[in-house]
Amino acid sequence: MHETDSMVMEFSVPNTLESEIDELITHYPEKRSVTLMALHALQAHFGFVSDAGIEWIAQKLDQTPLAVLELVTFYPMFSREPLGKFHFRICRTLSCALNGSEKIYWALCEQLGLDKNVHKRQTTPDGRFTVEFVECLACCNKGPVLFLNEDFHENMTEESVSKLLTICNGDNSSERKGTGK
Amino acid sequence: MSNEEKVQAKVEVPMITFKVDGQTVSVPKTLPHPVTGKPEPISIIQACAYVGINIPHLCYHPKLPVAGNCRMCLIEYGMPVLDRERKPVLNPDGSPQIRKMPRQAIACATPVTPGMEVYTQTEGVIRSRKAVLEFLALNHPLDCPICDKAGECKLQEYVHQYGQETSHFFETKLEKPKKKAISSKIVLDNERCILCTRCIRFTEDIAKVPALGILNRGAHNTISNYPGTEFEHNYTLNTVDICPVGALTSRDFRFQMRTWFLSETPSICPNCATGCNILIHSRNGHIYRLTPRENDAVNSCWMCDSGRLNYKWVNDSRRLSNVLWSEAGRRDEINWETAISKISAALKSSTKGSTAILVSARQSTEEIFLVSKLAKLLEAQTDSRPRIGEGDFLLLNPDMNPNSKAIQIFGLASATPGANVSKIAKAIESGAIRNLIAIGENPVEMGIEPGLLSRLDLFVVCDILGNKSTLEAQYLLPGASFAEKQGTFINAKGRIQRFGKAFEPMGEARPEYWILSSLLSALTDKPWPNTPEEIFNMMAAELPAFNGMTWAKLGTAGMNLLSTTNTTEK
Repeated sequence: MHETDSMVMEFSVPNTLESEIDELITHYPEKRSVTLMALHALQAHFGFVSDAGIEWIAQKLDQTPLAVLELVTFYPMFSREPLGKFHFRICRTLSCALNGSEKIYWALCEQLGLDKNVHKRQTTPDGRFTVEFVECLACCNKGPVLFLNEDFHENMTEESVSKLLTICNGDNSSERKGTGK
Repeated sequence: MSNEEKVQAKVEVPMITFKVDGQTVSVPKTLPHPVTGKPEPISIIQACAYVGINIPHLCYHPKLPVAGNCRMCLIEYGMPVLDRERKPVLNPDGSPQIRKMPRQAIACATPVTPGMEVYTQTEGVIRSRKAVLEFLALNHPLDCPICDKAGECKLQEYVHQYGQETSHFFETKLEKPKKKAISSKIVLDNERCILCTRCIRFTEDIAKVPALGILNRGAHNTISNYPGTEFEHNYTLNTVDICPVGALTSRDFRFQMRTWFLSETPSICPNCATGCNILIHSRNGHIYRLTPRENDAVNSCWMCDSGRLNYKWVNDSRRLSNVLWSEAGRRDEINWETAISKISAALKSSTKGSTAILVSARQSTEEIFLVSKLAKLLEAQTDSRPRIGEGDFLLLNPDMNPNSKAIQIFGLASATPGANVSKIAKAIESGAIRNLIAIGENPVEMGIEPGLLSRLDLFVVCDILGNKSTLEAQYLLPGASFAEKQGTFINAKGRIQRFGKAFEPMGEARPEYWILSSLLSALTDKPWPNTPEEIFNMMAAELPAFNGMTWAKLGTAGMNLLSTTNTTEK
């Protein structure tokens, strides 16, 4: 798996990321308004939001760590645990659900050895794959749809999702792709 | 109507007239904001409370900023119809035409406007209350039989009043953290919590420590502190008082007693010079808890944790409970009559000026007044012990004595309290002082060595718990705690307030005012007043600062002494 474990122990924000957040602060009337953007930036960089990350943001933006944690726990897009290198987000809102997004989810879970009855974010023990249901991805006419990292895939079937998995399995680079960075 | 519901208003504010449930009433146009103190338009719930109409509410608290999240205070209202010139349209009978608003509004966040009509008892309002309660009860555990809040729980009260006997909910209740120790003093049950945020607002806006927040989303909302930190400051237990349900419970009171068995005695906290108004909750001579009692002139609705939890000594099994007389190495139990007559005989036979009295600033004003009389009679030297602690910005006064002001008024301590003690010690050594009377004070701790004490002809100690001085005492008189007698304390700002008696003193113990009054009667051969009321009235008649006060006039809220006595006020 990637380098997150060592990061938990020795948390440090690289200068480029810090200056990016400093730049963000100039865009808003108060520092507090930057909290969400800073969380996105940290999650994009580290792959998840750690306790140390929350405390770093709190200090940076003159907030209490609790105020930052409230936001992190409010929004489902933030993860408190390291995400897999390949992150599947499958829509389960009405149109996609009617078009069988559950089957896509089941197919993925079965092939990855995850519990298909658990409707929470799950990561494979090797840390390579994360699968979860999400709410509407705003492409209801092409359902079922999913995000693989930041790439959008429409009209998914059990076959097409298996193909995606094969591509992922063939990718042995250590770099996490499509994180929006 | 409980204290909490009472809204105090300043008289100078202009009034505003509106109608509630058909009754025309006038209320102040604005009330001060509970935190900033800035005048704010009066809300419907405040206006109704002002005229004695209680609108059911859970998240609203008169001393906290408005959150408006529980929806319990929904009411219906109407506004006067205005024509194009913004003049009221009148009915044929001359009354203003009212247009009822299509939607209900929350009374806590809707300001009163002139001519408004509020309806708090319509079918629609009752229906809303039932619906809100049904939602609040959806995930609420049915553990009232073991809940500490049962009997004083607002949710329980309203469900009893408006709730329905059946539920439409057949799903499984959500599970949330239970028995979560968020501090050394408080246990949190998130399943019982209705997310009113009173605790969050209190700790952030009143105690100024933003330690609590809401995690997660929607039905999964949970009140929490930041993981790994504890919710610790000296005011945390107020959140237990204002929690409308049993989510926050005091570890000290948890599972100790059902609330309905407790009797409440209005009293004053004896732990510092602020004189917070409190209620003693007791049963069968045992204190189970102290809670704040609202008094806007002193403590609003709050009290500090250190004061609240310092009551265990009252029921300490080591309390002094017998009158003891020591002579020639023997210590015998004697009765009060014998003790008083022996002590008075000893004092009568000694010369004037050969007595010293150490009196505690923890005694009641009446007792301190009687001590001043005794001191005058015996031409005694006196002093009192200062207790200086750390104050804070909210309530806690650095003077840890509840009645230093009375000691000062009656001149029973040196300019710097405690400074006379070394003089008294020297006088005992030289033989100029032959008698020492200590009332609620420990002479050994104040600096008079046990060796010196044994030189005295007469050494009387009146106290509550044993100490080094009580071991040396010739006469040991067991006194009463603040919960076992009536009296008054004068706080640091010169407000005199009455405390009540919750139960009888332990064993043979007697209130110190009774002991002092008996001693004075024996010394002067005439009866002295021996009830707090009589003593107070005698004292008030003598001192101009009391400005014609009487015990009855003091009531439960207390009165301010004339400012002439407040020269040393900070």
